[in-house]
Parts: sequence; C-alpha cells; structure tokens
Amino acid sequence: MTQDRDKMSCQEFQAQLPELVGSGQDLAAHPHYQSCALCRALLAELETIAEAARQLFPSVEPREDLWKQIESRMNDEEGADEPPATGASLPE
Amino acid sequence: MSRFSSPTLPPDPSSHGNDEKISSSSTIHKNANPGPLTSPSPVETEALSRAQAGDHRAFAQLYSLHKRRIYSLCLRMVGNVAEAEDLTQEAFLQLHRKIGTFRGDSAFSTWLHRLAINVVLMQLRKKGLSLVSLDEVMEPTPEEGPGRSFGAPDLSLMGAIDRLALERAVADLPAGYRIIFILHDVEGYEHNEIATMLDCSIGNSKSQLHKARLKLRDALRVHSTQETQP
Repeated sequence: MTQDRDKMSCQEFQAQLPELVGSGQDLAAHPHYQSCALCRALLAELETIAEAARQLFPSVEPREDLWKQIESRMNDEEGADEPPATGASLPE
Repeated sequence: MSRFSSPTLPPDPSSHGNDEKISSSSTIHKNANPGPLTSPSPVETEALSRAQAGDHRAFAQLYSLHKRRIYSLCLRMVGNVAEAEDLTQEAFLQLHRKIGTFRGDSAFSTWLHRLAINVVLMQLRKKGLSLVSLDEVMEPTPEEGPGRSFGAPDLSLMGAIDRLALERAVADLPAGYRIIFILHDVEGYEHNEIATMLDCSIGNSKSQLHKARLKLRDALRVHSTQETQP
C-alpha cells in the first residue's frame, strides 16, 4: 500500500478522508482528488449532505403545558414545607 | 478558539421551514453553523440574576427564552417527541438545581446548551448506549470499508436533497453516528469539543462523522432510486 499522495489508490484516499475532511484541509489541491472523478463525486455528495444538514431541523416549540410539569417538579424538589414559590406563569 | 465565543446571533433555521428540497452547495465543506450561542439580552441577564436568587418567575422567564432551542436540541438528538419532552424537562430541572453554580465564565446560553447535551448523553448511556464502545462496534466491516464508495456518483444528490428523506435518514442512523452528526453538522460543534463531551478521541469523532455521512449518502441513494422507479 502506498501513501505517496501522487500514486494513492481510491481506497487509500478514502481511508484518509475522515482525517483530511475533519482537519479542514483544502482537498481540491490533493493529487488524487484532482485526478479521480469518482472520489470527487463522492466528496461532493458528502459535502451536499453536510450542507443540507445545516438547513435541517427547524427549531420547534415544546408543548405549552410542559412548563407546568417542570414547575411542579421544581416545587416537589424544593420541599413540601416551603410555600409554593410561584404559580409563575410564563411571560408573554 | 470555539466559534461559540463569538457573540453573533444565529440565523433563524425556521426560515427554511417550508422548503421540501434543500439546494446543495458544492463548496468544500467547512462547517459554518454559528452554533448555539445567543447574545445575552438585558432581560436574560436580569432574569438570570433573580433566578439564581430563587425567583421562580425569573426562572420561568429563562425557560421561555431558551425552551425552543433546548427542546429542538433534544428532539434532534433523540428523534422522538415524548423522549425529547422528558429530556427538556430534565434539562431545566438540572438547570434549576445548578443555576447557582453558573459563574458567567461562558455565555449562559452556551452553558445551558452543554448542560442539555450532557442530560441527553446521560440518558442515552442509561439506556445502555456506550458512545465509546460504538467506535469498536462501528469499525467498517469488509463490505462497509472505504472501497465501498466506488460506483457512479448519484447526480440526484448533487442538485437537491429531499428534506424529509434526509431527516428520516438522520433519525435512522445508529445513535452514536447520529449524535456526532447532529453535534457537528447541525449544532456546529468542533471535533475537539465533541471529543471532550463524548469522552472519545478527536480521531474517533472525525471517523464517526465521516461514516455517518456515508450512511446518509447510502440511505439517500436508496431513497432516490425508489423515488425514480415507476
């Protein structure tokens, strides 16, 4: 198995991808990337997925009454002999 | 330095909420997610100070300010509404117990975000998920090795990705992969931060993220093939 960047096989290049991608190196300058259409396509697809992930999962509200549950547990934990601390309603 | 020390407001991810297809970008990947930090407002600072003194109304205010972000984080990480609600509840109860220990060394929102992640991870470990041992379990099998990626590129992935298909594929990832993918690609944490949170090596974090993306690619290719069949 060769680790010469100029003579790297696809398998060797792909085995190094986690480190190459994770370190933020400019892969476009890698000799194997420049010479191999399949590996370029693979990387482009992975980049597309990573990019799409950032637009995924719009933030959502929890159900309205979750606060009541949390407050009830807070009161339980603070002890029954203390006066109820709130009745704190959620601010508008 | 972590990007989370930057006091910039993140864009509202819900602005993409109605797009079923997500346009791709072919730029070389470098995570640009601004991460979980929000600038502390005077309202938050005041509420924090009063909540630390035991004021439940102020705590309710903190809940209102952060519930959306924390619930969304939990939902992304576990992919289940009921479980995400339980974890959100547990995160705010932990906050209630620990709020007096917050000293302002980091932004409150960052501190709370980390606290919530720890709650989720603790829960997953209780359920028997060992994030570290997953490294061993998920070493590539012969058919999953690096060479498996040969084959014609799937051009459908190059144009647009079906949002629902991607969300489903993420939800179907093994938990260890999913968590690292969410923390890195969605929440914007760096590998060194993830390694610290998960108590694994930076190399493992990189490796699992890469494998997660490969799995997602495979899942999306299957989805794409099914969609194009008559």
